[in-house]
Formats: sequence, structure tokens, C-alpha cells
Amino acid sequence: MTIDHALTERGSRQSLLPANLSRRSFLKASAAIGGGLVLSLHLPSSRNTARASEAAGFEPNAIIRIDGNGEVFLTMPYVEMGQGTYTAIPMLIAEELEVSLDKVHLEHAPPNEQFYANPLLGVQATGNSNAMRGAWKPMREAGATARMMLVAAAAKEWSVDPGTCRAQGGEVIHDETGKRLTYGALVGAAANMPVQKDVALKSADSFTLIGKPIKRLDTPTKVNGTAIYGIDVRPPGVKIATLAQSPVFGGRVKSLDDAAALAVKGVRQVVRLDDAVAVVADHMGAAKKGMEALQIEWDDGQHASLATEDIARELDKATMSPGAVAQNIGDVDKAMGSAVTRVEASYQLPFLAHAPMEPMNCTVHFRKDECEIWIGNQAIARVQAMAAQAAGLPQEKVIVHNHLIGGGFGRRLEADGAVRAVEIAKQVDSPVKVVWTREEDIQHDLYRPYWFDRLSAGLDDKGRPIAWKNRFAGSSVIARWLPPGFKDGLDPDSTEGAIDLVYDLPNFHVEYVRAEPPAIPTGFWRSVGPSHNVFVTESFVDELAAAAKQDPVAYRRALLDKSPRAKAVLDLAAEKAGWGSTLPEGSGRGVSLQFVFGSYMAQVAEVEVAKDGTVQLRRVVCAMDCGTPVNPNTIEAQIQSGIIFGATAALYGEITLKNGRVEQTNFDSYQMLRINEAPAIEVHIMASTEPPGGMGETGTSAIVPAIANAIYAATGTRLRKMPANPGLLKRA
Amino acid sequence: MAVAIKINGNTHSVDVDDDTPLLWVLRDVLGMTGTKFGCGMALCGACTVQIDGVATRSCITTVDSLGESEVTTIEAIGSTPAGAKIQKAWLEHEVPQCGYCQSGQIMSASALLAANPNPTDADIDDAMSGNICRCGTYVRIRAAIKLAAQSAGNGG
Repeated sequence: MTIDHALTERGSRQSLLPANLSRRSFLKASAAIGGGLVLSLHLPSSRNTARASEAAGFEPNAIIRIDGNGEVFLTMPYVEMGQGTYTAIPMLIAEELEVSLDKVHLEHAPPNEQFYANPLLGVQATGNSNAMRGAWKPMREAGATARMMLVAAAAKEWSVDPGTCRAQGGEVIHDETGKRLTYGALVGAAANMPVQKDVALKSADSFTLIGKPIKRLDTPTKVNGTAIYGIDVRPPGVKIATLAQSPVFGGRVKSLDDAAALAVKGVRQVVRLDDAVAVVADHMGAAKKGMEALQIEWDDGQHASLATEDIARELDKATMSPGAVAQNIGDVDKAMGSAVTRVEASYQLPFLAHAPMEPMNCTVHFRKDECEIWIGNQAIARVQAMAAQAAGLPQEKVIVHNHLIGGGFGRRLEADGAVRAVEIAKQVDSPVKVVWTREEDIQHDLYRPYWFDRLSAGLDDKGRPIAWKNRFAGSSVIARWLPPGFKDGLDPDSTEGAIDLVYDLPNFHVEYVRAEPPAIPTGFWRSVGPSHNVFVTESFVDELAAAAKQDPVAYRRALLDKSPRAKAVLDLAAEKAGWGSTLPEGSGRGVSLQFVFGSYMAQVAEVEVAKDGTVQLRRVVCAMDCGTPVNPNTIEAQIQSGIIFGATAALYGEITLKNGRVEQTNFDSYQMLRINEAPAIEVHIMASTEPPGGMGETGTSAIVPAIANAIYAATGTRLRKMPANPGLLKRA
Repeated sequence: MAVAIKINGNTHSVDVDDDTPLLWVLRDVLGMTGTKFGCGMALCGACTVQIDGVATRSCITTVDSLGESEVTTIEAIGSTPAGAKIQKAWLEHEVPQCGYCQSGQIMSASALLAANPNPTDADIDDAMSGNICRCGTYVRIRAAIKLAAQSAGNGG
């Protein structure tokens, strides 16, 4: 059977790689050591690898293994970071394989871009809300293939037509004779059955797992302290290190006096790198104390005077020159000329740190000719490749163990931490766990890019937008992270949410100007491109409604005749939120609508703005059409999560630079929304049998404009630069 | 100089500087990794343990300040009545996402419930606002504490 990894259900826009770079793999069946059925992924070009592994009786590319007891083992190419993928992906296989979830066990996939690449990303990574979108078809097909082989084995054993047998609850049953055999009894024979070319997938009305609110498989260990994250690993003889990296990006260590640090009890060693220093100790307490005792003089390099304002000014300037055309519909200049009203606005979004609760960390044991790494990471193959480079070893000599992730949000799609830990470990004899302090974590992140957007629109005499023009400038994360994904001045992430809008806009023109800030590294941040574009687009639509003196929901609704699914979520959110009903003085409602990550979402936020300008987010109503809702329980959780994450950014999130240094250090200066500030959240999921859309990030991008629009409704002040600044919202 | 610390009913002798925070003794010296590091400044609550039943940030609690006090960590909170109810409610409401902050959340919530069997929303805000959850599980944390309080109120 061929699984077409190049196929996406909704076109190539959701793939970060050009289609010709995607790979095709096929399923192969074999017998496992000690009996059992293994289904593994193979590439047409990897026959040698396959033969070698068969000779050794080992299947490194397994995705499903069923043992003689009927227990099912899944190799998970996706990483669990709280989004529930360790439950939802097994549900797909269990649904088609006809086994209960308690028979299913998970194993982390080893790094292997060939076999475990996400079909939508083209690389082995968990991000861009695409685990479910990528897995929906291939994982069900794998489960169905295994089921059909088990059925064929049973039919052969009973000398009956396979068509008269059915699978249920981990057994094959022949109703006519009442015969039944467990999967465990069948795996040996099933391994010799031919792999079916075409498998029929179950229809939505016969699903027994998909669509049910299933409890997550990873929860019990997370309430009793036994879950092991990267930061918890303790290989024998491990030492703990903490580090100080040049406070100015691009700076170097000029001089180092480590005498006082080495005198601290428990400190074993001080490691000096070109641009960082690490203290290695018996425990983190000693390492931190040693770090405080170090005397480091830095050569700040050429960025010693860099400030956020410099970057904003450069981006502003960049929007004055043409960029790459991301989308053009009609003739926007001509339409603008005939407009009755013109609206112009520019918007700015700040750099943001990820600040996952588990600070960056990586444990490395560097031995003479190999290197062992323990980490929790969203892109394990990238870790292996970059660590190998840093270690000066061939990739196969770098062993990577992946772990649960204490918050990813895009931060752990990067391998900078592993590279840094390898650099340190090369100078340490024992295994060493390098742990970033919170200050290092915040001040040496790869930040959500700063964005500058310039928009204009023309309205006709009824206030309807007949022209829409948007030119924005900022860093392309894709250009660094996945260079083939950046082509002709564009990448699919930077523009998602700015183009292909749900609205019917007859004359539409969007340009992107790639402009990289000096020195400061940028990275993916939960909801990535849409975290920026949806804020801008939905704020500007709101501005147009205001200019047309129309209700924001009615104004949007009138533009949705070609997007029935978008209209449906907008209507539902407005209805459930009581849109239009009166709120007290100083309060307001704001709406947002988006189609990103393959899912439709509308949110209504309700805010209360105090006289001193502080904003309290009271309530959020969210309506979502994410196609087939695979696990409604985790979908609801992810939306709640995304809303809190985005609201934190809208109200507090800002990383600023002064003298080349990040000014924020810890949770006092980089504030997080806390439980006393958390809004009531209502989530409404539409029933659907469409293929699933992403939902790990959609809540985040939608809430930011909903809050800004609510603040406008409450105060009349339009926020064009985030986060919300209470100084601008003060009332007499 | 070795320091003696009472943790989860056992006395441990550890050879660290007196001013070493309890967090690192738990995690790196004794290998009890259920208690998490988040900020090092008592700003996030990930490192919360109970000292004589009171929720305390172990990242700023030095070992020499403990004396005869009893330290309880996430590894043993399930053997207290309030801790067991909180853990059960956490499972019932599927609170954790990434789960990293949840040890601290559970330690704070268990201390709240032990001291106040029927906490109001304001009581929950007071007791829990020191614990950051970056995954934003706050809605479910509040619901789970209320569920645990109900079972506590029934004399369970």
C-alpha cells in the first residue's frame, strides 16, 4: 500500500514544503522477534537499510507492533507537550484496528526524517498544529491494514471467506460458526499475509472512539510527580551545569576569573566557551552559587547599542518599499480610486518569548566516539543533526532520547539548547545536565518576530470594502528553519491569516517584505504567522465596521456569503455570547473570526477596563469548526489553553531590547496571566465529518484581536500596538 | 556539614551548604524530581512543597531554615486526605496539559483544601494565584478544586 504523504486534504497551502520535496513511503509487514506482527514504513529508495534491518531481526521504522498477547505498541512520531496528541493519534489507529485504548502502548520515535517526517512539514517535527491533520488518513490506513491482515489470517485458519469475518475488541469473529480468535493468537500467521493494496476505512457513523471525549493516556503520571521530562533525567554520574551567555546577542567572553566560583562547595568545573560560560556542579544550587561568584567580562560586539525602537523604525521603513506579492485579487488601485471612504492604519506587534514552564535544558554524555543526549524536543531529528555537527561526530553516533515536554509553544522546535549543551559536555568527563535559569531562558530565546503592518482599504457608499491593501514587514522564521520553504520572497507561515481570508473581498492585494532584525534570533511561537496576521486582519475589519458605522458582527456577516462554515461559527459565537445585549459602563465585547490551521473559529471577548486603564478579561465565548472533532475533551482543553496563552500576550507580552540586551528577566518583568485574572471560557465545537483541522494554536491567534476589539468597544481607543497599554486606556 | 531534613516521613542527611535551596536537594541530591524548577524566585509556584502542611516555595527555602519541620512533596501528597481528593479531582477533570506545573498546583490546592474545606472563588484566587500555568489550565483547576471540596464536604 502506498501512503501518499504529499496529499493534503485542503491543498498545498498548509504544507510548509513544496510538494516535490515531500516523500512517499509505503507500509510493509513482517514478523517481530519472539512472534508478533509489525507494520513498518519503508521508502522505495531505502532497500538496503530495510534488508540490513531484516537480517538483524529488527524493525527500526515500525509504527504498529502487535505482540503475542494482543498488546499494541505504537511508535509515536509526534511529541506530547500537553496538546493530547498521545491520546488522539492512538485513537485513530485503535478505531480502525478495532482494539480498546487500554491495549495500546506508546513508544517515542527515534530520530529519522525519512520515516517519521510529518507529511505536512516534510520534517520530523511536532508543530504548526498539524499532527492530526498529517496523521488523519495514514494512521487510520495503518490500523485498517493491520486489521485486514489479522482477519485474513483468521479466515485462512478457519478456511472461510474473509468477507464473512469481522474484527471487534481485539478479536476476529466468524458469526456463522461462532468462532473467534484473539489478535495475540493471530499475529504470527498475520505477518505472512499479503499487505492489502486498498483498505476501506470506517465511515464516520460507525466510529466508536473518534468523536468521543476520551481521557488522556498521559494524565495519571502528571498528577503524582512520576512523569519524566527532559529536566528530570538522571543518568548515572550526572553533574548539573548552569550557564551565562553573552547578554548582548553576538557578544563574546573577554575575560573570566573563576577562582571564587571553584571555591564554592559542590562546584566541580567551570567551562569557558567563546560566547558563554558554564559552571558544572553536584547540584543546581551549587552551580547557581558558583555562577554568581564568577567574574565575567564581556566584549559586547557590534550590537551593544541596539534598541527595540531601532528595529521598529527599520521595519516601518521596510513597508515603504514593495515586497513579494502574497495574494492579488482584482485591481485594488483602481477600486481604491472609486472608494467613497478610505481607511488607513498601521499596526505593530512585539517580540515575544515562549517562557515554557520547564526552562530550557539538555543532558549530554559526550564520549570519545559517540554522544548521548536526553532532551524533550518537538523536532528530534533536527536535534540529532545539529548536535552531531557540534560534536564533530557522524549523525549515527549521536543517540537522542526524547522525553515529555514541559511546554513547547515552538521553543522546542529549536536545537540551540542541544548544541549549547554538547559544546559544554565536550569539556566534561561525566554526563552533564545543562539547565538554563529562567533569566537565561527569557533572555536567550528565539523570539516571535516583531511585525510592522501598513493597511489601507476603500469602502463603497454602503460601507462595504471594495479594496483591501496590506503590506507587512518582519522576520521569516521559515527562511532560517526550513530554507526550501522560503521561495520567491514568501513563505506559507509568514502569510497565513493575511491571505485567503474568509471574507468576500473583490479587490485584494497583500505583500510581504522579509526584513530580518539585526542579531536578535526569531522563532516559531504558538500560532506562528496567524498570531500576527489574524490580529492585524481582524483589527482592521473592525476598524472598517466602525468607519462604516456598522455592528462588527453584522459587518463581517455580510462578507461571508461564500464562506458558510465561517458564517456558522460567527453566528454561533455571537448567539452564545449574547452579542448586542447591554454591558455596564467601561465594559465591551469584541469579536474575531479566522480560518487558519485548517479550522474555522470565532471568538467573542468581554473586557472590563478600569479607570486606571487596566484591562480585565471577563469572559470568552468560542465557536469552532475543526472538521471531525477527534477528541472533544482535548479540543476544549486546547482552546482554553490557547485563549489564556494569547490573552497573556495581548495584555502583558512584550520583549524589549536596550543596549543590545533583552530587558525582561523573569516572571516579574515578563508577566503571565494567573488564575485570578483568567476569564470564564465557553467552548462550542460544531459537529462535522470533514477531515480534522488543527486546534493547538487557533485559540491563541483568535483571542488577541477579540480583546483589542473589545477594548475599543469599551473605551473607543483602538490598540494598534500590542500589548495593551493601560496608559492609553485611562479615563478621567 | 551534613544537614538533616525530614521529607515524607523519612529523615535524610545531605552534605550541602546551609543556604542551599530545598528544591535542589530534592531534585539533584535526593532524586525526587516530581518537584519542579520554574523561576528560582518564588514567582511561579512550580517548586511548591508543603512544610508542616503550609504551601511553600522550595526554590527560596534554604535547608538550614527547616529544622524539625516536616516536608511533604508531590511524591507523598496522595497519602494525605486532601491530597488524595485533589489528585482524584485532577484526574476527573483532566486538568494537566504539559503537566510540568501541576505538581506545584496540586501542592498548593491540597494545602488550601486541608485548611479550608469549602473554598470560595476568592479563596481559590488567593491560594492559587502564585502558581503559573503556561498551558492555561486555570478553568479546570478551579473546577477540580470545587469538585474535591464537594467530596471533602461529604465527609469523604
